[in-house]
Amino acid sequence: MKPDVSPPGKPLVELKGISKRYGDLLANDGIDLAIEPGEIHALLGENGAGKSTLVKILYGVIEPSAGEIRWEGRPVAIASPVEARALGLGMVFQHFSLFDELTVAENIAVALSGDWNLSTVRGKLGEISRTYGLALDADRAVWTLSAGERQRIEIVRCLLQNPRLLILDEPTSVLTPQEAEHLFTTLDRLSAEGCSILYISHKLEEVRRLCRRATILRGGRVVATIDPRASSAREIAALMVGNEVGRVRTDAPHHPQGEMLKVGRLSFPPVGLHGQALNGIDLVARAGEVVGIAGIAGNGQSELFAALSGERLADRADAIVIAGKACGTMGIDARRRLGAAFVPEERLGHAAAPTHRLSENTLISHAAAEVSRSGFILVNAARRLARSIVQSFDVRTPESDPQARKLSGGNLQKFVIGREIIRKPRLIIVDQPTWGVDAGAARLIRQALVDLSREGSAVLVVSQDLDELFEVADRMAVIHQGTLSPLKPAREWTKEAIGLEMLGVAQAQGGAHAV
Amino acid sequence: MTTFEAILLTIVTASTPLLIAALGELVAERSGVLNLGVEGMMAMGAACSFAAAVTFDSTLLGVAAGMLAGALMAALFALVVLGFAANQVGSGLALTIFGLGLSGLIGAPFVGARRDPVAPVDIPGLSDIPVIGRLFFEQDLFVYASIALTILVAIYLTRTRSGLTLRSIGENHTSANALGMPVWRVRFWAILFGGACAGLAGAYLALVYTRFWSPGMTAGRGWIALALVVFAAWRPGWLLVGAYIFGAATVLQLHAQAAQFGVPSQLLSAVPYLATIIALLLLSLRHGRAIGAPGSLGAPFVPDR
Repeated sequence: MKPDVSPPGKPLVELKGISKRYGDLLANDGIDLAIEPGEIHALLGENGAGKSTLVKILYGVIEPSAGEIRWEGRPVAIASPVEARALGLGMVFQHFSLFDELTVAENIAVALSGDWNLSTVRGKLGEISRTYGLALDADRAVWTLSAGERQRIEIVRCLLQNPRLLILDEPTSVLTPQEAEHLFTTLDRLSAEGCSILYISHKLEEVRRLCRRATILRGGRVVATIDPRASSAREIAALMVGNEVGRVRTDAPHHPQGEMLKVGRLSFPPVGLHGQALNGIDLVARAGEVVGIAGIAGNGQSELFAALSGERLADRADAIVIAGKACGTMGIDARRRLGAAFVPEERLGHAAAPTHRLSENTLISHAAAEVSRSGFILVNAARRLARSIVQSFDVRTPESDPQARKLSGGNLQKFVIGREIIRKPRLIIVDQPTWGVDAGAARLIRQALVDLSREGSAVLVVSQDLDELFEVADRMAVIHQGTLSPLKPAREWTKEAIGLEMLGVAQAQGGAHAV
Repeated sequence: MTTFEAILLTIVTASTPLLIAALGELVAERSGVLNLGVEGMMAMGAACSFAAAVTFDSTLLGVAAGMLAGALMAALFALVVLGFAANQVGSGLALTIFGLGLSGLIGAPFVGARRDPVAPVDIPGLSDIPVIGRLFFEQDLFVYASIALTILVAIYLTRTRSGLTLRSIGENHTSANALGMPVWRVRFWAILFGGACAGLAGAYLALVYTRFWSPGMTAGRGWIALALVVFAAWRPGWLLVGAYIFGAATVLQLHAQAAQFGVPSQLLSAVPYLATIIALLLLSLRHGRAIGAPGSLGAPFVPDR
């Protein structure tokens, strides 16, 4: 691969000195970027580096504070997504811009400019689906679809308008490895047909698989434009983060002993139409180990977490045993008293009350402990506790003791995990510990979880991020449609094997769990 | 005319204002705006329509004035909840209180005045069919208009592009904005439509139903219209059914009281409201989840530009 990264011809779109200011925060600071026709260009950076802001400016959702956009050399002002689409831009959003109660065809129709009716949309949908192998049922309601299918809707919606430039914001964050590979094939094909692609990601491997040029953002600025195939993953990571990201240390000797959590034949019917049933889950987490549970979102992770934490009670006490005590029918606080701690997926609104201060938020899980007495809050003790969590877990706060909602996602996540770890629980169960958290904070959180296990606690991590699980877990299992695969040592798993389990293919092939 | 026929006719008259007001609110709610000010807009519609009709001796001008008054009230609401992204529940309650008060002031000089009945439109031939003839084919224009409006709203919401856009905005205003849909503009017109409908319903009350004005004459019908939208699971077809069930319950409990059934009158007056609760319960049991509320209903929209 030649390391030549200079533009070979006339760019399709050029951004010059784009800046965006929100109050004191400079989200984008003089960004220059050029994309060639037919090129797959990566935009790399940490969460908060300004990638999403930049593409929203390009797509006309956000107005830039300064700078110029040139389309085929001609300066343009893109005041709205409608104008962006008229120019030939299409965008696949990270958090899909779909309408749950509408059907696939309606979701596509609603974003099209020009003349259409639902039957022409159905026809064109079928055409595009066949051409690109993107299978979709036009009359299904969106809320019944998987994340991969939802993304297909977004992509088809863009392709129907024959885009010249397709923007994808973190497209693989919700996909299985197999679904992602399918997406890459589609993108390669589009690129070969002359459609430019701006590919936003923080996953180096896929950027190296797809792109010949990558622009790296850090703190709202362009730090480098490189050929990702000519640079090592470590070099690129260093550019993204600004300093070398260390790996999580897991090498401390450990001898798991004593079952802190034992789940036996745990089953639940689904709740509501969106719910997933749990089918005879068996699971053991021992003191001193990290157990990881992989799976695509919506396969029963939330249900499993609710059952383990006691948000939803089991019908038998012995379905869940924590520290030797059958507690399947006990509530959350009773389970906490047994030495368990729980960190739900949703930081704001579930793990923390948005408008409460951090000190008040300590009471959510410490109510039984040192911060209240006879029903009264020990204000000073709560403040001290919040302060020590903030210090121990490097939580960056805009003021002393702010409301939870004022913290960025990564910092709030450090706080809610720190709040549990600081109690030195004998068992901690964490759902998606680093979802949407930047690499620095993610590393700190993972290290804290591993350290806790090495001090003799049992740690159960439910995560969609395979890299994360391979980094921290001693043993792993995959949940698919409410059924858990057998737990096996992490080194016996490969990514491919996990991917197959996530899709349920391994079970379909006669329970072939061997790797 | 038999008593039975007379009862059926009063049911139609009682149901029509509920249907019209609820249709307007349904459209506003499908766009994601919860306007609790229906009662206030209706009262203003009633007062202004009656004042204009008496002053100019014209039912047509009265109706126009009523709709305009409702729309103006709605515009005020739109300014507060769209322009300033204020809390919709609080703003709607304020609009009701404001509307009830202001309508009393506007209507004060007209207390005691009376209007002649509005002539029914007789469809020759059809209206001679026994029992259902007069029921279906000899009603006033408002009744036909309310049915037509229901059909038009249903077609608009499900069969037109603009209706699809409106539903999308109500479902998820963030996504809609990201796709370039004019969230504010669509909501503004939806709120205005809701106001005009509430005003029309008020005009019907003052000019057809009672044919006089008295303060507080809307008597909670705006609230019933709001409940109807929920009862109908935000669908116009169900709304038509619901409005007539409500109208029937209201009229029949009056007759039941007159017939001295030996049931406390308070209990009979509660029948329409009990009917709503039971209907809601049955609906949610059948669907197994919270039914059909637009995803962004009641949430203020503040884009990050």
